[in-house]
Amino acid sequence: MPFNLLVFASLAYVTILFGVAFFVERSAERGAAGWLRSPLVYTLSLSVYCTAWTFYGAVGYAARSGLEFLTIYLGPTIVFIGWWWLLRKLVRIGRQHRVTSIADLISSRFGKSNLLGVIVTVMCVTAATPYIALQLQLVTLSFGVFASATADGWAKPDGDVTAIWVAGGLAVFTILFGTRNLDANEQHTGVVTAIAIEAVVKLVALVAVGIFVVWGIADGPRDILARIDASDMANWHMKPSRWTGLIFLSAAAVICLPRMFQVLVVENSDERHLATASWAFPLYVLMMSLFVVPIAVVGLELMPAGANPDLFVLTVPLSQGQGSLAMLAFLGGFSSATSMVIVASIALATMVSNHIVMPFWLSLRPARAVPGDVRRLILLSRRLSIAAILALGYAYYRGSGGSAALAAIGLISFVGVAQILPAMMGGIFWRGATRTGAMWGLCIGFAIWAYTLFFPSFGPDAVLSAEVMANGPFGIAWLRPQALFGVHGMDPLIHALFWSVSLNTVAFCAGSLLTFPNPVERVQGAAFVNVFDAAPANARGWSEQGAAGAEDFLVMAQRILGDDEALGFFEAQAGAQGKSGYLPDPTPSFMEQLERRLAGSVGAATAHAMISQIAGRAAVSVEDLMAVANEAAQIMEYSNKLEEQQEELSRTARQLRDANDKLTQLSVQKDAFLSQISHELRTPMTSIRAFSEILTMGDLPPDMVTKYGRIIHDETKRLTRLLDDLLDLSVLESGTVQLNLDLHNLRTMIDGALQSAGHTRPERSFVIHRDLPGEDIFIRTDGDRLTQVFINLISNARKYCDSDAPELHISVRRKGGRVTVDFIDNGSGIAKDKQALIFEKFARLTDQTKAGGAGLGLAICREVMASLGGTIAYLPGQWGTAFRVTLPLRMERP
Amino acid sequence: MKKPLFLPPQGYRQRRLRDAARLLPILAVFLIILPMLWGEEASDLRRTSSDGIYLFAVWLILIIIAALLARRLSSAADVTPPSPPISTAKDKV
Repeated sequence: MPFNLLVFASLAYVTILFGVAFFVERSAERGAAGWLRSPLVYTLSLSVYCTAWTFYGAVGYAARSGLEFLTIYLGPTIVFIGWWWLLRKLVRIGRQHRVTSIADLISSRFGKSNLLGVIVTVMCVTAATPYIALQLQLVTLSFGVFASATADGWAKPDGDVTAIWVAGGLAVFTILFGTRNLDANEQHTGVVTAIAIEAVVKLVALVAVGIFVVWGIADGPRDILARIDASDMANWHMKPSRWTGLIFLSAAAVICLPRMFQVLVVENSDERHLATASWAFPLYVLMMSLFVVPIAVVGLELMPAGANPDLFVLTVPLSQGQGSLAMLAFLGGFSSATSMVIVASIALATMVSNHIVMPFWLSLRPARAVPGDVRRLILLSRRLSIAAILALGYAYYRGSGGSAALAAIGLISFVGVAQILPAMMGGIFWRGATRTGAMWGLCIGFAIWAYTLFFPSFGPDAVLSAEVMANGPFGIAWLRPQALFGVHGMDPLIHALFWSVSLNTVAFCAGSLLTFPNPVERVQGAAFVNVFDAAPANARGWSEQGAAGAEDFLVMAQRILGDDEALGFFEAQAGAQGKSGYLPDPTPSFMEQLERRLAGSVGAATAHAMISQIAGRAAVSVEDLMAVANEAAQIMEYSNKLEEQQEELSRTARQLRDANDKLTQLSVQKDAFLSQISHELRTPMTSIRAFSEILTMGDLPPDMVTKYGRIIHDETKRLTRLLDDLLDLSVLESGTVQLNLDLHNLRTMIDGALQSAGHTRPERSFVIHRDLPGEDIFIRTDGDRLTQVFINLISNARKYCDSDAPELHISVRRKGGRVTVDFIDNGSGIAKDKQALIFEKFARLTDQTKAGGAGLGLAICREVMASLGGTIAYLPGQWGTAFRVTLPLRMERP
Repeated sequence: MKKPLFLPPQGYRQRRLRDAARLLPILAVFLIILPMLWGEEASDLRRTSSDGIYLFAVWLILIIIAALLARRLSSAADVTPPSPPISTAKDKV
């Protein structure tokens, strides 16, 4: 097969994936991605466990050591069918605490300690590097197989050149889709769907090759079984230590590998999907491994003695002249490699940016300073991390020369990440586990892993000299890397696994037993271990006496979550407290929710640090400590209902209090208004009466009659206008208003409104910022009414904006079936205590003479918007006074 | 308020279902470790092919049991849905 055709096929394949990911992200933004969050897609995305190592390497593994390759799949099978024990709890914790990565889980459980996050991140990156190198190596090798098969086409390129192209291409794809935006939950729908498609491709490819081998080359299953017993594989004997050790290892890896944690916990959109995955994922890996042995057996028979068994999946079909089947197999292997690299680098980049870059950057800032544009910084650091991780993988590939047997490299990685297992298990099942214990365990396990397995894997004299390998450091035989403490004759891998995990566990337990946890650790420990207990026993860390207002938090949240997300979240929180608007009270529970929400973007430790910067130090209340110390959780379960009622009561009380405040203020305003309106009515009345009396006297020159007549006319006009406004309002309020629905262009309406509002204080020159292309939307609504609202808002800005160089921003956005129009000026804004009042009738903030109107404008606006099926609200946290008008794109007649 | 000591039949069945889900991995470990025992004793008589058939058969049976349990468990969970975690913006996605 010509090499250029191969390159073309790979590029076409990647382009299709790209398109799928793009399409899915787009439809997810429009809220139409329901079917994409199905259990099937979730299960298929878990198949990122099956990398190129399993796709190509399993056959090689089977050819070398018989059925032992099955251990790599049986371990995960046990974990998944035992989901009720572990995975269910892990997923629940992940969702409740908005965990972003495995490092975040460990750091969050042990008192939001960032040091632990850093340790886990470093371990994961170290362990993943050889694994990524392995994927690059396999893709490069598979390119090599095709290119060497024929002489035509392009010359076979240098392996290094292929690898660098593959690494670069993957970096670009991952950056484009993994870090497009800072998702609230760190979920990447597009990428996950692309991974699910790759899962199907690799399964179909492997099964197709398997069917070809069993029924095309051999003579059905019976023949295959006979061939197995006739081959070298029949001499394989199950070694108990490797069999159990490797099953344990793969079971540990499936939950500790950063990429598995990413798809299993972080990308999980519904806990119920786990129930399906509990059997569907084992079924997937069963099908992946069903044909491994047949392919290996037939490959051993057909291929010359020196052939690389790792590539049988490709070379067997090629040797039979099945070019297109080999092509499919190639795409399967390519899928396996790309999906692993993409997910692993996303997961690792999240960890690096949340646990290393962000805390470092935060520590550079003076305390209490509200951070600048954090989103851009986070995204940039993730992008750089992805590139750096792939570069590391490439460097390892170059450095190692890519010769070692594949299974070995994969298992070295597995043992590395398995070091997280004791801290993770202890963290979610044992409340007594402490941060110090976790730190001891992780460090000791990691050190032993590096010393006994990772460094020796570079070969003698690379890191550890041959002398140290043979006789131990300084000639101490007791410390030989592959025979630690005088244990001889063990398989090196099992030896490393045994010592690292057991000493890790001992250190973890000893550290936990000997040290005393700090309060945050204890609260988090209870929250994690008792995650299923009725009320989320939350780590209440914030005290209400903080001086910071909700607006400070809003400004910070906007910089991390983005304007819309943050405003939506604050609005929902305010609603839950029984308040309207965008600013909830900064209660402890609100701050805790906010912290969790931010943790979903930047990790628990960073979110905690950022909120502390604004709110001051976190305090654990006496009640919480009592709950921790006295196992009060059980009592709380019984009093749960009571608490709920109490919450309901206090919510109602808050609503009542708000309503009462409003009423009191309104009654004051109303009194003021009554005297005002009497005055307003009286003044024209007095002049009308006076002038009409003069007119009835007669004997006046005609020009005087005309003059007095005009005065009377003007004054009645003023009266009528006032009465019209009042009448308009009462019609709108009673809901009997007539609407003329028709299609209107938003830009035309804003143009008209700007022109009409220009008569208000025409001496002020306003700079208007508009987004003309964005405004070009056709809306089905009552155009006159909507324009009236716009006129009102713009003339308000003209009247009250107190800036020397007044500016008005009008921005239009479409989201789902709704349109939002924001009017933001650069004045000094409206004080928080007045914000609730401005939409009430007769409410005026400045003194009445300046305003000129009767204070009905915004009240009318609110009623108009309500009858148009939309809303109008004051938008806090902007740089000036800001109003947001929201209305449906197509208004239906009620 | 105190938890009742005995449950009505429906709740009882659900608890046993959960027990079954918890016991399944233990059964799995036992069945998968089993070949180790007989492999050692009579290594000359064992054949790789029959080991393979045994392992794949056990595997498939475990998957089928897990599927049945998962269906029963999730339909039981639908009756009393677990309190969904706090997710305001996620639902809008």
